[in-house]
Amino acid sequence: MSMTSEAHDQQGGFGSVQVQSHEALNPAKISIHGLDFFYGDNKALKNINLNFPDRQVTGMIGPSGCGKSTLLRCLNRMYDLYPGQRATGEVLMDGDNIIAPTMDLNALRSRIGMVFQKPTPFPMTIYENVAFGVKLHEKLSKSDMEERVEWSLTRSALWGEVKDRLNTSAMGLSGGQQQRLCIARTIAVRPDVILFDEPTSALDPISTLKIEELIDELKHEFTIAIVTHNMQQAARCADQVAFFYLGEMVEVGSAADMFTSPREKRTQEYITGRFG
Amino acid sequence: MSEAVQHTVKSYEQELKRLRNMITEMGGLVENQVSMAAEAIMESDNDAAGSAVEQDPKVDQMERDVEQFVIRLLALRQPVADDLRHVIAALKITADLERVGDYAANIAKRSIVLEQFQIPFSLTGFSHMSRLVQDNLKNVIDAYGANDAEKALEVWRSDEVIDDIYNAIFRELVTYMMEDPRSITPCTHLLFVAKNMERIGDHATNIAEIVYYAVVGQALTEKRPKGDNSAFAVVRPPVA
Repeated sequence: MSMTSEAHDQQGGFGSVQVQSHEALNPAKISIHGLDFFYGDNKALKNINLNFPDRQVTGMIGPSGCGKSTLLRCLNRMYDLYPGQRATGEVLMDGDNIIAPTMDLNALRSRIGMVFQKPTPFPMTIYENVAFGVKLHEKLSKSDMEERVEWSLTRSALWGEVKDRLNTSAMGLSGGQQQRLCIARTIAVRPDVILFDEPTSALDPISTLKIEELIDELKHEFTIAIVTHNMQQAARCADQVAFFYLGEMVEVGSAADMFTSPREKRTQEYITGRFG
Repeated sequence: MSEAVQHTVKSYEQELKRLRNMITEMGGLVENQVSMAAEAIMESDNDAAGSAVEQDPKVDQMERDVEQFVIRLLALRQPVADDLRHVIAALKITADLERVGDYAANIAKRSIVLEQFQIPFSLTGFSHMSRLVQDNLKNVIDAYGANDAEKALEVWRSDEVIDDIYNAIFRELVTYMMEDPRSITPCTHLLFVAKNMERIGDHATNIAEIVYYAVVGQALTEKRPKGDNSAFAVVRPPVA
C-alpha cells in the first residue's frame, strides 16, 4: 500500500515519510454493483455498490442489524443454505458473477474462505483440521500435504506453539489458538479472499492484537474483508472502511479519511459514539 | 527506547518510530538554521543568512507533516499511556521547533541589514549567548531522541544563564544608543536579534518540559527559572 504525497515532495518536506491522508487503494478484487438482498420479503440490503481492493483490508462497520454480516455472507453464497434468502445484482470477482446461479459453489468457497466469531475447530487433530479442506479440493502426496499444513500453521503464527503436538486434539487449544487454527484451515486451501466475521469478539485483548498483527501480514497475500462491531479495530486494521446503516452503505473511504474527517453526518455521529 | 518491549502490531511500532524520526530530523534542520543565523550575524556572512532563510519553508512543511501524521495516529491507533504522551509531545514539539525556525530566519534577515553598518562594539556577548542556545537546542533534541528526562531537566535549568546574558546585552545596547544616536538603527536590529535568540532558548526550555512529561508522566512542578528581567530594565544616563 503506497501513501505518497506529491505536494510535500515539491516543497521539500520529509523525504522518506509518507503522510498524505488519501491513501492509495488497490484495484478491486471483488466489485459489487446494485446488490439487493432479501430475507423473504424483507429487503435487508439496498443497492450496494462497493469495491474490495486487492490484497488490502476492507472493514465493514455499522450498528446491529445494518446488514454488514449479511453482505459478507453474500460473498461466499452462505445464504444458499437457507430457503427464502436471495440476492440480486452483481458481485464480480475475476470476471465471474458470484451470485449468478451458474457459479460453482465448491470452487467459490475454495477461493473465498471465512473465519467466524466463535472459533470452530473440528473435533479432530490439529493436523487433520488443517488438512481437511485441502483434501476436498486437491490430491496431494503425504509430504506435500505436510508441507501445506506447516505452511498454513506458520502463516497463521501458530506453528511454533503446535509443531510438537500436531496429532493431539484441536479442542485442547486456547481460544486465541483455536481462532488461529481456523485461520490456518482457511488459508490452507490457498484462497484469494478471506472473510472475517467479528473474528476477535470472543477473544481477550492480547489475542485480539495477535490476530490483528496476523491480518496485517496476511493482507500481503490475500484480499481481506472484516466485519467488526468494534470501530477501533476497523481503525487499526482496515485500509478501506465502509459504514452501513439500515441496509444501505452510507459512506466508504480510506480508514484515515473515515476516522479523521468523514463526509457524512451519520457516519460522524456513529463513529463518535453519538448514536447506534 | 531499544530496551522497551515491542508492540504486538509491528506496523504500529514502526509508525511510532517514524514519528520520532520526523521530530529528530526536523530538530536537526532547525539546529542548522540557528547555527547559520548566528554565523550570519557574527561573520556578516550572506551565504549563511541565505541558507537560514531558505530552510524555513521546508521547516514549515515538516510541521504540517507531523501534525497530519499525529492526527492520523490518534484516529487509527488510539494510543494510551506513554504512547499517547509521546504522540502529543511530538505535536507540541513540532510547533516549538517551527517557531525556532522562524526566529532563526528573522535573525538571518536582520544580519543582511546590519551589514550596512559599522558595529563599533564587540559581539562577544551575543556569540556566547548564541552558543549556549545552540547547545541547549541540540541537547534537548538529543534528550527527546533518547527519552532522557535527566538531560531534559538539565536544559530546563540552563536557560537562566542565557537570560542573564540577554539582560546584559539589552543594557549594553541601550547605553550605546544613548551615547551615539547614529548607532540607534543597528542597535535596534541587534536588540531584536538578541531577543529572538533568547526566545529560541525559551522554546528549547519548552521542549525540555514536554520531553520530561512524556518520559516521566508528570509535569515538572519546580518553578521555571526565569532570568529575563529586561521588561523591568531602566537604564539612566550618568548625571553630567
